[in-house]
Amino acid sequence: MKIQKLIFAGLVALLAAGCGGNTIPDPDADAGTMVDSGDDGITDGMNDGGLGMGEEFGDSMDQMDELTMIIYFDFDQSDLRAEYSDLLQRHASRLAGDSRAQIRLEGHADERGSREYNIGLGERRSQAVRRLLLIQGASANQISTVSFGEERPAAFGSDESAYELNRRVEIKYTN
Amino acid sequence: MKDLLVRWLIVPALLLAYAAAANAQYDVIITDFAGKRAPVAIVPFGWEGQDAAEPFDVDDVISADLYRSGRFAPTPEDGMLQKPTASVDIDFDDWLILKVDAVVIGKVIQTGDNAYSVQFQAFDVHTREQLVGYRMPASRGTMRRVAHRAADMIYEKLTGIPGVFGTKVAYVTAKGTETDRTYTLVVSDADGENQFTIMESSDPIMSPAWSPDSRELAYVSFENNVSTVFVQTLRSGNRIKVSSRPGINGAPSFSPDGRKLVLTLGGIDGNLDINVLDLATRQVTRLTTNRSIDTEGTWSPDGRSIYFTSDRSGGPQVYRVGVDGGTPERVTFEGSYNARPRLSPDGSKLALVHLSRGDYRVAVLDLRSKDLLVVSEGMQDESPSFAPNSDSLIYATSYGGDGVLEMVSADGVYRQRLTSRQGDIREPVWSPFPRY
Repeated sequence: MKIQKLIFAGLVALLAAGCGGNTIPDPDADAGTMVDSGDDGITDGMNDGGLGMGEEFGDSMDQMDELTMIIYFDFDQSDLRAEYSDLLQRHASRLAGDSRAQIRLEGHADERGSREYNIGLGERRSQAVRRLLLIQGASANQISTVSFGEERPAAFGSDESAYELNRRVEIKYTN
Repeated sequence: MKDLLVRWLIVPALLLAYAAAANAQYDVIITDFAGKRAPVAIVPFGWEGQDAAEPFDVDDVISADLYRSGRFAPTPEDGMLQKPTASVDIDFDDWLILKVDAVVIGKVIQTGDNAYSVQFQAFDVHTREQLVGYRMPASRGTMRRVAHRAADMIYEKLTGIPGVFGTKVAYVTAKGTETDRTYTLVVSDADGENQFTIMESSDPIMSPAWSPDSRELAYVSFENNVSTVFVQTLRSGNRIKVSSRPGINGAPSFSPDGRKLVLTLGGIDGNLDINVLDLATRQVTRLTTNRSIDTEGTWSPDGRSIYFTSDRSGGPQVYRVGVDGGTPERVTFEGSYNARPRLSPDGSKLALVHLSRGDYRVAVLDLRSKDLLVVSEGMQDESPSFAPNSDSLIYATSYGGDGVLEMVSADGVYRQRLTSRQGDIREPVWSPFPRY
């Protein structure tokens, strides 16, 4: 489980880094809850994946003090994957610790199906994130939601590799 | 008339690609998928005036209109054995040789500096009788509309169905990259001419809807990262923000009397429900309260009920609720995904997006027989909109990676693709009949 979580965190951080502007410094980085401290087994595992994977992991280590801003979803789902629990806890803590902080949750869907219904699916995802953040200590007045449905895809294309990048909630700190 | 219709059915299918008027804005490349075209002859119109030539090629527009309907194959001009401009000069035997069912002749006559008279007559080649004849005043600026009107009259005489060549279509385009996109809301003639961008934004625009008098469009805009419903007057360009509540403001559709909009509102907790907004009083009435997604409301032509999409049973299905509320009644049962309902103006049919063996297709549900007919053949077909004659639909599909528009007859027989070079083109909505 640790390995999976670590790999995933690395990938997400990479995606965020690649997109630019999707991450912000995390004041709680010292807590280090996102990634376990250096574990040889894990590092070895990554290296087994090839040289390229090893380098990518190194990049992700540089992103450790930043919070991931994009949460992905399975097809036709608004359930939050377990792997995001730490990340969302950290966003909630950040909001709870700074009452002036504000976020906008931007829900998105892949292109399949009708457009306004997809607005509904994107909103359902935003609300799933919102509810968890509220439970974990954020205040209602710190969070607004919007759904872009399929109107603002992160990746063009009509295949699953594009769809899985498009089914997402982006967390935008507006203050 | 019956005879004509029956004859058309035995004409062999033609598979043609045809570029309509050279400056057509969609770059209309028409691809026939099915259906048989009846041969008709639109003879080049005569010209009587001081100038060297007529100011506008009326017969060319009529010919392109009839071709674009999918039901007619205009005879090429160079194949004509004669080019009469007066009825006395028509030799029907010549047209029988060409196996033409109907022949249209006409003239443009100059009556003043910028004043013309456009006249036309259509004849049944077999009975040798006039089907329709009409004379209309025109200026250089109205000549195109006059030509569409002539095509509408000819089409109605030949098919028994009112023509929609004089109508307009509104649609949304998106151009650019994932991170830098431009969205436009465009109104054009149904043939793609006279394109007019009424709104442009770097944020998404969606869900355009015509007012019943064709003077206004309602739409959703995401300027400043919030969803807002606007109603914009086409002539002036002025727009009014009619709904900008917290959460989702979406899916507007005008009531038949034009006084109300059905909208989807999500509220702060994101529970999408069907609401009716009185445009004069700004009072909002909530029609559904279910915790599911209720959206994509549209009025029945009689104004008494609203059809909408809801996933209260699991996947999206179409429901109907009275305008005064009450318990919604489920309308669709075939398949796991039926969404975005739109009624035909005659109230007899419902167009929707239907998941058919893994593909999202446009389907037409006959509300009396309950038969569901899939009328499109793509993988991502969406946003069907009926023509005001209830006989045709326009919808968005994907072709070569871009969103393009297709038109299809409600029986699924006649279908054409309108190719564009405008990037992604989507969400077409057919205007009501024009006011002549």
